[in-house]
Amino acid sequence: MFNTRRFFAVFKARNIEFFRDRSSLGWNLLFPVLLLVGFSFIFSGNGRAEYKVGVLQLEQSATTHPNKAAKFLATKFVDFIDYQQLDIAQLKLSQHGIDLLIDFSKKSYWVNENSPKSYLVEKIFLSAEQDFTRHVTQGKGIRYIDWALPGILGMNMMFSCLFGVGYVIVRYRKNSVLKRLKATPLSALEFVTAQLVSRLFIVMFISSSVYIGCNVFLNFYMLGSYLDLFVVAALGAFCLISLGLLVACRSKSEELTGGLLNLTTWPMMMLSGVWFSLEGAPDGLKAFSELLPLTHLVAGAREIITEGATLSDISYHLIVLAIMSSLFLALGAYFFDWNSER
Amino acid sequence: MTIITVKNLIKYYQSSKAKEVKAVDDVSFTIKAGHCFGLLGPNGAGKTTTIEILEGIIAASSGEVLYHGKPLNKNIASKIGIQFQHTALQDFLTVQETINLFSSFYQQTIEQEKLIELCDLGDFLDRNNRLLSGGQKQRLLLALALINDPDIVFLDEPTTGLDPQARRNFWQLIKNIKAQHKTIVLTTHYMDEAEHVCDDIAVMDKGKLIEQGSPQQLLQKHFNDVFIYLPRTQVPTVLISKNNWQVSDLNSSNEQVEIKSKNVEQTLSYLIAEQVPLDGLHVKSANLDDLFLKLTGHSLRD
Repeated sequence: MFNTRRFFAVFKARNIEFFRDRSSLGWNLLFPVLLLVGFSFIFSGNGRAEYKVGVLQLEQSATTHPNKAAKFLATKFVDFIDYQQLDIAQLKLSQHGIDLLIDFSKKSYWVNENSPKSYLVEKIFLSAEQDFTRHVTQGKGIRYIDWALPGILGMNMMFSCLFGVGYVIVRYRKNSVLKRLKATPLSALEFVTAQLVSRLFIVMFISSSVYIGCNVFLNFYMLGSYLDLFVVAALGAFCLISLGLLVACRSKSEELTGGLLNLTTWPMMMLSGVWFSLEGAPDGLKAFSELLPLTHLVAGAREIITEGATLSDISYHLIVLAIMSSLFLALGAYFFDWNSER
Repeated sequence: MTIITVKNLIKYYQSSKAKEVKAVDDVSFTIKAGHCFGLLGPNGAGKTTTIEILEGIIAASSGEVLYHGKPLNKNIASKIGIQFQHTALQDFLTVQETINLFSSFYQQTIEQEKLIELCDLGDFLDRNNRLLSGGQKQRLLLALALINDPDIVFLDEPTTGLDPQARRNFWQLIKNIKAQHKTIVLTTHYMDEAEHVCDDIAVMDKGKLIEQGSPQQLLQKHFNDVFIYLPRTQVPTVLISKNNWQVSDLNSSNEQVEIKSKNVEQTLSYLIAEQVPLDGLHVKSANLDDLFLKLTGHSLRD
């Protein structure tokens, strides 16, 4: 039977261990801050000279209104991006993802009054076309750091969850701490649950502190609810911790576990949309990335932050994370070994 | 009263795909309540495997372990105390926090003040586990083994690696625990330790039990002689050859002539009559080291 007293004792002990290990605590706090600050500086400048203009039904406009569209569409140093839905294109414009939006069929265009680039590209547009109706939109721009924020925090959570649980359990097993605990009435379920909840608490505490602290001077973009963001982050962390438990469920070798954890983390770091979008990637790669928990954590958090999505909007990601968590936990608990045999 | 009965215990380990190692080979013995029982033998004799089967940590390949006549079951963890041979503790917890952690695992625990006094932990309660000396760590591990006020305490080589003073202090702790009518099961490869603290011993070598009884019984059974030692330089070679005496510490500057004697007075009279100087003479009774050598043909530390 699950004993909450024993569970809380191990939970508390693990938290004390983590917070007293100053070097580990310092690194867990410092690493994501360094990444965020570094990226905010690296991508703070205007690296591209061209303008981006959204066009509703671009191909159709080019063929049905060749005279109207041809002149402006021939402008050099302007990227024209096709949009099928007005609301999505307007959101992109408000987020400074594009600088101008044109609907040739209705002879309308939209500018973002908060964007200097939008002002300039409007002048270029008006030199080519005069009789279009002007619409105005407003909105704070999304910087690369705002786009990358869920990925950077998610990646840091991934490392903390996988290595923080995996290595600790293998070390406990190797130096016989697990064996000593097995000699008490503490059950494997109580021990594993305490490790899981403790790491969840630590990861959410660290990630929330980093987010709140960095938000003071980086002023992150946020369209959605902070509570929703916390929920998807917590579920993602839970899923990653479960994966860490699974990786460490039997091994006594720190070297092997390190290799397995690297094998687990590297694909997620590269293919979960941490640094770049996989929108244009081959279908096989996109399908593979769907199997990675970090993909769903980052995608869910990014939709909340940049599109104002609600939990029901990202229910797909939440369900996948919940299924993965259950699977990893079940397998981890089934294969878990205190390693009392030689 | 017998508290533990071990019958025909066998344990195999898979050392490679094709090869099995018999770590414990048909071992049987009994342990009396309130006694300190010592399982003796060199490294690799099978002591730790045997004791861990008794603790319920590992399963036997075959054989039976009975507690109060009943087979070993899962509930045993709350009734026994264990000090493993190699155990690390959570690095960043203090001694007091470690005691609190382990106390929370049990329904019934000993009073902490009593435990701290019994194991002499008072001076370093606030110290982190990683900063403890070898002796302090062993005392803490002993306290953790006693935390649930068990009837039986298992101590697996508790003084290995400790300095002589720390070892003697630990022996006193074991005697204090025994005075509380607890049964102690101890493994050691230190024969002096066994002689100091054990009421009964079982000697193991290469997985087999080769002798069992109280230290005194076993010594009386196997040795009628006492040993008289004299510096080699004082004893004429003719006399050594004539009496077939052994010379120990050959090739060293401290060669000793070993004289086995059933009657010390008679032997001393003989030496005086032969005008052998008695400077540097010392007399020694056989100990468990000698017993082990006699039983196995090799020393405990080979």
